[in-house]
Amino acid sequence: MIGRYLANGLGMLALLAVLVGLYLAFFYAPADALQGDVQRIMYVHVPTAWVAFFAFFVVFMSSLVYLWKRLPEADRLAYASAEIGVLFTALTLIDGSIWGKPTWGTWWTWDARLTTTAILFVIYVGYLMLRSFVDEPDRRARLAALVGIVGFIDVPIIYMSVLWFRTLHQPPSIQRGGASMPETMLFTLLFNFGAYTLVYLFFLVKRVRIESLNAIAETLVAEKAVHE
Amino acid sequence: MAGLRTVYLLLAKDLLVELRNRETFTTMLFFGVVILFLFHFSLNPERENTALLAPGLLWLAFMFTGVLGLGRSFQAEQANDCLEQLLLVPGDRGNIFLGKLVGNFAFMLAVELLIIPLFALFFQLNLWDALLPLLVVAVLGTLGFATIGTLFSALTINLRAREVLFPLLLFPLVVPVIIGSVTATGIILGGGTLGEASGWLKLLGTFDTMFLAVAYLTFEFVVEQ
Amino acid sequence: MAEWAIETHDLTKRYGYRPVLSGVDLCVKPGEFVVLFGPNGAGKSTLIRILCTLMKPSGGTAKVAGYDIVDDPDGVRGHIGLIGHSGYLYEDLTAVENMRFYLRMHGVDAVERRIAEALQVTGLERAMFNRVRTFSTGMKKRLCIARIVAHPPHVLFLDEPYSGLDEDGIRMLNRFLLTLKTEGCTVFMVTHHREQGLATGDRALYLVAGKMRTEPPAVGEV
Repeated sequence: MIGRYLANGLGMLALLAVLVGLYLAFFYAPADALQGDVQRIMYVHVPTAWVAFFAFFVVFMSSLVYLWKRLPEADRLAYASAEIGVLFTALTLIDGSIWGKPTWGTWWTWDARLTTTAILFVIYVGYLMLRSFVDEPDRRARLAALVGIVGFIDVPIIYMSVLWFRTLHQPPSIQRGGASMPETMLFTLLFNFGAYTLVYLFFLVKRVRIESLNAIAETLVAEKAVHE
Repeated sequence: MAGLRTVYLLLAKDLLVELRNRETFTTMLFFGVVILFLFHFSLNPERENTALLAPGLLWLAFMFTGVLGLGRSFQAEQANDCLEQLLLVPGDRGNIFLGKLVGNFAFMLAVELLIIPLFALFFQLNLWDALLPLLVVAVLGTLGFATIGTLFSALTINLRAREVLFPLLLFPLVVPVIIGSVTATGIILGGGTLGEASGWLKLLGTFDTMFLAVAYLTFEFVVEQ
Repeated sequence: MAEWAIETHDLTKRYGYRPVLSGVDLCVKPGEFVVLFGPNGAGKSTLIRILCTLMKPSGGTAKVAGYDIVDDPDGVRGHIGLIGHSGYLYEDLTAVENMRFYLRMHGVDAVERRIAEALQVTGLERAMFNRVRTFSTGMKKRLCIARIVAHPPHVLFLDEPYSGLDEDGIRMLNRFLLTLKTEGCTVFMVTHHREQGLATGDRALYLVAGKMRTEPPAVGEV
């Protein structure tokens, strides 16, 4: 396991990357031709959206591993990733909403990506609530894994169906980002992708570590109870 | 084939139990009636917008009654731990899932067949001309809904707050079914043919096939003790 | 067929972090009648559930009727019977319907004949077309026994079979267990009924705090 110092080092790196990313977003990248400075929120919104979905992918993969190998570490990874994922999903919805107000004139829109993100948020919440209602660790891990797997397989189908639904009811309007991005914008975007991924990884490592310590503590408590 | 035998016996047993205690079907049906009343009072649809609202309302009625029946499907196996007896039968446990799915699907469809004429009556719509295509959509949509519903019904047995958790887990995942069914129904009721709705039918078909396979394969893990 | 009817090596089970079975070793010969005693919470029911493939162990191996419980659970399920705590009965169906469901699920032939004979042996002929909901606890227990009478397994597991039975019921069960013995069936019974257990069984074992032993726990030990 990554030592505590390495994890903290990762945290510092992530913080640094986010700060640099913000600087790039505000001062380095040019303002958008159509939307002006408001468009800069893209450099936060798109990366947080990416992390939200990537975290769910991690939940999916670790759920598969858990069902196959029954490793408690896999379950801890899934749980941690889900917690961080729900956080990033909420952030995506909030900053998407903030972006929407000046550009579309409304706080909420049923845009396919935003809608799918909102549904993903509810799936995450369902996953976490399921976990909170099961006390027995093996059963909790197994049931959560199933929801994680079935949920993840469904997300692309949900996205497609919402997209078709949207094109039926409203032609695609403003394309965010534009057809081709100038290099400076692309660089800023990619840099921020990296920065927020580092934040995710830092939280992930820390959270998994807390769960591992939890597990050790519970084992000790249980063994003590038997010997009494 | 032993697998089909399990499916058939489970289905026959569930029908027999239902015949005896008449708990599931009648409650679902009358709940459907109540929902239709609620729609009338809360939406007060006029002639003009009834046609617009009809597909959505119809499927909302189907789904809310469906959740009722699906939630109960494994409750019946809870008393006296009957599910364990099923687990002691040699054979693929996915067949238990199929047996339950066919039963749930049949109940849901039967209730829907009665809700459709009631809906037509309450909201003064002519659904008769479009009945056959409507049924095709109903079958495809109900199958998708019942597949995930049966799987999650088994998953949430014995959980605290089961009644709330089951719908919470179910509804986000069946969004594609909702979208596909309602849109296709809208096309049909608007005078379109099944061909015009074919894209949506394909969506439903893909969803159904995919999750039927996923549920069959993962059911073993759901009912593991 | 294999050497042992039931064999386990270092069988372990943990519920989360709580150990329930610790390294259980067991060898039961075919045709043997083993009775397992032990205080509440010792893990007896858990052991039976694992051997019946209702639960997977956390560690160790076990074979029942020659089939590995983890690698070939279907093989095990096809050769065992269980009379446990739960009735596995559908309250809205009749005795006959419950039995029919069970026997048909297990692919047994001559279903109606077996049902009639079994219900007679267990003294339930007069109630056979009544719904199980109307049955007393003792009658429900007899129905569980009737299922096994109709489809005797190679290895029979019993978890507290005497609970809920009246004197007549106890006599009936003992008669049936004797029949099974003469037919070479292996019986593994968990019970609190010391006299009954020791009278019918060949061998007694004790499970204390998840560990198997051959001597009873000393007074005050548990």
